[in-house]
Amino acid sequence: MTVRRTLAIARKELIQVRRDPRSLLIAMLMPVLLMGLLGYGARLDARQLPVWIFDRDGSQESQALLHQVRASPYFALVRTVERYDALVAALDAGRARLGLVVPPDFSRRLRSGERVAVQALVDGTDDNSAHLAIGYAEAILDRFAAEVQGDWIRRRGLSERAFVAPLSIEARTWYNEDLDSRHFIIPGVVALAMALVGALLASLAVAREWERGTMEQLVSTPVTAAEILVGKLLPYFAIGMADAAICVAIAVGWFAVPFRGTLLALAAATALFLLVTLLVALFISVTIRNQLGASQIAILATLLPFNMLSGFAFPIDQMPAPVRAITYVVWGRYYLTVVKAILLKGSPLGDLLAPMSALALYALAVGVLATRRFRKSLD
Amino acid sequence: MLLKELLQLRRDRYVRIRLLVPPLVQLFMFGYAATFEVHRVPTALLDRDASQASRDLLASLTASGRFEVTAIAANEAELIRLVDRGRASIGVQIHPGFAAALRSGRTATVQVLLDSTNSNTALIALRYIGTIGRTLAGDVARDRLGRLAPAELRAIPAIVLAERPWYNPVFDSRWFFVPGVIGSLMFVLTVNMTAFAVVRERETGTLEQIMVSPIRPAEFILGKTLPSFALGLALAALITLVGTLWFQIPFRGSVLVLGLGTTLFLSSTLGLGLLISTICRTQQQAFASSFFVLTPAFILSGFTFPIASMPLPLQWLTRLDPLRYYLEVLRSTFLKGVGLEVLWPQMLAMAALGGLLTAASIVRFRKSLE
Repeated sequence: MTVRRTLAIARKELIQVRRDPRSLLIAMLMPVLLMGLLGYGARLDARQLPVWIFDRDGSQESQALLHQVRASPYFALVRTVERYDALVAALDAGRARLGLVVPPDFSRRLRSGERVAVQALVDGTDDNSAHLAIGYAEAILDRFAAEVQGDWIRRRGLSERAFVAPLSIEARTWYNEDLDSRHFIIPGVVALAMALVGALLASLAVAREWERGTMEQLVSTPVTAAEILVGKLLPYFAIGMADAAICVAIAVGWFAVPFRGTLLALAAATALFLLVTLLVALFISVTIRNQLGASQIAILATLLPFNMLSGFAFPIDQMPAPVRAITYVVWGRYYLTVVKAILLKGSPLGDLLAPMSALALYALAVGVLATRRFRKSLD
Repeated sequence: MLLKELLQLRRDRYVRIRLLVPPLVQLFMFGYAATFEVHRVPTALLDRDASQASRDLLASLTASGRFEVTAIAANEAELIRLVDRGRASIGVQIHPGFAAALRSGRTATVQVLLDSTNSNTALIALRYIGTIGRTLAGDVARDRLGRLAPAELRAIPAIVLAERPWYNPVFDSRWFFVPGVIGSLMFVLTVNMTAFAVVRERETGTLEQIMVSPIRPAEFILGKTLPSFALGLALAALITLVGTLWFQIPFRGSVLVLGLGTTLFLSSTLGLGLLISTICRTQQQAFASSFFVLTPAFILSGFTFPIASMPLPLQWLTRLDPLRYYLEVLRSTFLKGVGLEVLWPQMLAMAALGGLLTAASIVRFRKSLE
């Protein structure tokens, strides 16, 4: 294997890439598009949930509670209704995600020191948002209740010390201090964009040669199989790395995702991940010799598992055991672990040896498979 | 024309596999993998009080089924290391003097370290811890009042939230995702199928042959789209069956409403597919273009990420997304069981989008022939 011949193949491939401006444009636009859409659109932390309130008490106390709900950044479009069935209709139509019913004896019970229940009708269709909505509502009620209790005790001229809260939970959230779901999703988009572009372009590269019959011509030259494969992948490797750089720049520069690790570690992990993606795409296109089939299978084989099984949005440790076992085959999972650790935790490479070596092993295995397959297909 | 399309579809065994296998694989993968629920969160414990009270609290944490103790730390440094290395997502530390503080009427503190890399899991886990803590605090507070307070203070106002989850009472993520998978799968499949059907004719040069035959463009388009339409309906029925029978998702609405919604939705996806096919010359281009259109449509549909949480300009964009309306129809008919009286705006929107897209594609198609 000589460098000169490999580079020659790479140059030929580069010219071919340049001749197909549409693919190149997609390769460059895709990361920006994905970054913009997911960066802004992918929020799991459910802010601005529409809440409707049915205040059956209409007292000063219930108004004070309503005021706190309105002031919360997590709830929006707070509307008050006069009838229960209006609330039901709003939930049915999806106009409200949470309906709060303040009972008619709310203020009377509070004044006489009784316990009162505020009813929360929550649209459980989207279970995740529902969880969060209840959580936010509970927090508001807790704060309100503490105020009412403080008042109660003060008005009776008693020391508040006897009534201090028995338990306080002091939560320290690390790595993503504001619990911002963007910081959780966006590092994954870097990988997603690379995986997409790499898989799509590289799978076409080899299949194109077969389809046009130029592969035979290439093989009849003194170039070896390994040289062809490496040479063909080099330009796509460069494009993929450029995509990654664009994505990271947008993530850190625009969306203010923290970057706590070292650039070197990130570059090393990215190169490994890209290599695996390209090799898998190559393997597919060597096996299926037409462009359309190859690109479709490549997308199916990379995108789908990546979206679902890499921990991109859905936590792996919540999946049932058989599905969790499958995730070990999805190489995106290792990269995602590394990217998140480097960006958010600032982990040193020493902590990341396991996922990094998994990626390296993966690259080696798929590389050997693809070369062997390619040699065989030439005979 | 219709007959010819069906024949072509049957001849291509590979296509048939490609049409049937991915949706089923996806349905099962999504069905099992897509969950935002929080169970068995790997948790590390450090109990520096080692009292009855601290053990009770930790026991109620694990008894909830939400937390699974994966490590017991010997000291604070080890607890931090466990969270840092990702061995545990949550570290719970109970300081010495916990029981004493509870007994003497002071505030006892429990420290919770959360790996919030996954902010969503962290938020929900925190809510569960809060609920468990609140129960314990309530017990202790009542106990204290009983022992310490003068008679007139035995009663103290309190407010609780009585939660009534509707439509999905156990907060099962599958109930949310499986109906969504049906919509997304049909979206991808029918758009692609239509786009390829026309482009294939163009690529192989048979389009000209058909055009010189007495078949009119409208007839051609109808013949091209009807098989996709039939396939889309069949697929919807198949996946719905798997969803209700295998994944036990309730179906509370009327089949007729869902059928109408599906038909209207298909009209817009087929229109979209046709439009893509008129812009592209090769199957390769068609694939790239449909990919470029489908990805944003998927993200904006509200499939995973709630539309209400998106910034306003993106929310406006979602109104152009037929999948958004169809997902609303699907989730509403499955889980809420509401009918046309609620879903008419969605139906209207899909019909309008369908009409618009089909009209645009016919105009473009005529032009591309000249």
